[in-house]
Amino acid sequence: MNLPDIIKFVIDLLAVLLLALGIKGLSKVRSAREANILAAFAMLLSVVGLLSYYLGTSGIPAQSWAWIIVGSLVGSLLGTLLAKKVPMTSMPETVALFNGFGGMSSLLVAIGAFLFPFNEVAKAGSLEPFINDASISVSIFVGAITFSGSIVAMAKLQGWLSTPGWTQVKARHFVNIVFGVTSLISFIYLISGNVSSIWLLVIASTLLGIGVTLPIGGADMPVVISLLNSYSGIAAAAAGFVVDSQLLIVAGAMVGAAGLILTQVMCKGMNRSLISVLFGGSLSAQNTTSSGSGEYTNITSCSVEECALTLEAANRVIVVPGYGLAVAQAQHTLREVTKKLEQNGIEVVYAIHPVAGRMPGHMNVLLAEADVPYEQLKEMDVVNPEFPATDVVLVLGANDVVNPQAKNDKSSPLYGMPVLDVQEARTVFVIKRGMSAGYSGIKNDLFDLPNTSMVFGDAKKVLSELIGELKDLGVGDK
Amino acid sequence: MNFDSLLWVLLLGSLLGLELIGKVPPTLHTPLMSGANAISGITMLAALTAIIKAEPNSPLLIIGSISLGFALFNVVGGFFVTDRMLAMFSRKPTKKNK
Repeated sequence: MNLPDIIKFVIDLLAVLLLALGIKGLSKVRSAREANILAAFAMLLSVVGLLSYYLGTSGIPAQSWAWIIVGSLVGSLLGTLLAKKVPMTSMPETVALFNGFGGMSSLLVAIGAFLFPFNEVAKAGSLEPFINDASISVSIFVGAITFSGSIVAMAKLQGWLSTPGWTQVKARHFVNIVFGVTSLISFIYLISGNVSSIWLLVIASTLLGIGVTLPIGGADMPVVISLLNSYSGIAAAAAGFVVDSQLLIVAGAMVGAAGLILTQVMCKGMNRSLISVLFGGSLSAQNTTSSGSGEYTNITSCSVEECALTLEAANRVIVVPGYGLAVAQAQHTLREVTKKLEQNGIEVVYAIHPVAGRMPGHMNVLLAEADVPYEQLKEMDVVNPEFPATDVVLVLGANDVVNPQAKNDKSSPLYGMPVLDVQEARTVFVIKRGMSAGYSGIKNDLFDLPNTSMVFGDAKKVLSELIGELKDLGVGDK
Repeated sequence: MNFDSLLWVLLLGSLLGLELIGKVPPTLHTPLMSGANAISGITMLAALTAIIKAEPNSPLLIIGSISLGFALFNVVGGFFVTDRMLAMFSRKPTKKNK
């Protein structure tokens, strides 16, 4: 080993160590932010290590420098721009998009390595050409699935793509199997020396990514994104075999495995198995005719003024935020309302369902942005026994996570999902724009209950009216 | 590097990944996903290697450069967006905005 080798070795080891510490730190609230910066530093370190290694050995041609600079400038600038500009409500889509681009990167580099081999691969007869082609194929296969799957996931979260009924037919499994088998066949052709079968592999695996993701309902999207994130780690590890880099393999494998664990954790939170998420199809599209739909018979609607009067008389209020709050960007207005209530001696707590919003932690981020104290956010298991002792529950843009069907109605597709027992409280106000169904597309039995009142209107508008009413009542004027 | 030692690296790396995160509070699911996602952009090293080793005027230069761009979009954007999310959890005294 000469000097450049040793330096690269040490830098790589250090980078792996820091990346591992980074991932570990990201799973604890206290250390998360520093851990993220640490991981970013480790990535930078790995680039420095790689560049200095080649500078110290073969040298880097001027032409290569030019393309390196162009590629990194464009990519970093656009990435930074998007990361800074995107609203907090669109976080899930953004993560999906970033993930898809990571998959695209593995895909492209594998295609490049196949069409224009740059690593000396040992003579025929040994195992090496086979391993090289196999790694390239895995990298293309997983990279393409990650890319197309993530883009579909993003489009669905953005509302650009819906879940049409025809995607739910059983035959879809057959179609996906065809895509999978086609990928396998093109892989066999590829390793037996048929160069153009690479394009068949690219197309088949891209279609497979679309075919698997398209039928999955929006409520399950976070799990899918987490899984695709794990895939992009696998794609990176496969690319590591292509370019012979241990660092790439370790980092990719770590992300792949950690992503799998996270996916599992998220599935548990929704009381669903990964299998049913992936192959069970969408809840709403399947159940439009069964217990899911049905007419509301006993809706009580009330004015903002009534709501304010009830709030004023309460001792204990629980707020249940949901995606509607995020869409209306009403978190700051909500905070003003709860501040007023607190000043009047009313105890306010926020009940956070694990999958409220479009992604776990979505509501925590949103409320933290509005300076809601961390201690007031309570998780489902903690807050559920507290509902019977609560006077008023404010449901803000949440729907499926407060649907009592999940507990009572065995025929409901929601049955078994853990929900917040808001109906146990004395009065429930549901602030909602209209009677439309939630993300699952299923009727909410809560709205029909006698102790539930609907306050129709945009969350932000209703909340600011509420502030006015509370002011008139003299709440919080101290 | 021979293949079997690379396989060992893969195996041990996966085991490490499985052990790294045990209990994650739901609050951190999204940031953790986003942070891990940024790390998966480590493919930028593969893209860099391709560009450096490419013959002069080879199309590989362009393919590598595009791949590098995609990877860095993922890495840089991913870390920034994760930081933005996590910054909201920090308990700094914030001034009232609008």
